[in-house]
Amino acid sequence: MLVLARRLNESIMIGDDIEVVIIDIKGDQVKLGIRAPKRVTVHRKEIYDEIRKENIAAMDSRVKPEELREISEIFKKGKDEREKK
Amino acid sequence: MGIKIKTRPFGEIEVREQQIIDFPDGILGFDDVRKFVLLDAHDENSPLKWLQAFDEPDLAFVIIRPVDFMREYELVVSMNDIEAVGAETAENLIVFAIVTIPTNPSDMTANLQGPIIVNPEKRLGRQAISLSDRYSVRHKILEEMKKAAEG
Repeated sequence: MLVLARRLNESIMIGDDIEVVIIDIKGDQVKLGIRAPKRVTVHRKEIYDEIRKENIAAMDSRVKPEELREISEIFKKGKDEREKK
Repeated sequence: MGIKIKTRPFGEIEVREQQIIDFPDGILGFDDVRKFVLLDAHDENSPLKWLQAFDEPDLAFVIIRPVDFMREYELVVSMNDIEAVGAETAENLIVFAIVTIPTNPSDMTANLQGPIIVNPEKRLGRQAISLSDRYSVRHKILEEMKKAAEG
């Protein structure tokens, strides 16, 4: 991993068109500004971890196909109630 | 001609080639699974569907379209995600959320942080990442329905 030391308001370039600026430093928190072309996606890494964890939880819930029939009834009821109003 | 595949909900069934959706990047946590088939539940009117892995019989997600349980839903994802399914805009994409069903099904949740987007024309799919801070990995489906019913 490349390690660079930067001060407040200094920045680094990734390639020619991605700039990461140190906007604020408070205690153990660093605020970063990212200037990048629209096509470049920037997300907190936790987001990936959360989605991965939830995908695995969804797969582990192992609902039985027969149960899905009962669960589907819940939607019918909800719909009927909405139509009544 | 139909292709025979083994599925978790229905055992061996025949699917048409047109039903197969490519996920070039897989789904987070299941990165090696690149082909899925979209299947109706037993009750085809149910908003719940199956996203069945093409060559892994045991691997199937329950999914739902956000519009089927929310009053309003807006897909907010990056251009990168949209282009990855061969589209220029989100307009013609079908959006699904993966459903997690716990022991008490009334507590089932939908993952709107990582919506599944499908371009039906090119049969390409992807788990996108929502850029909206309104959406999380666990939205209680019944609560959202209640809100929608109250208008």
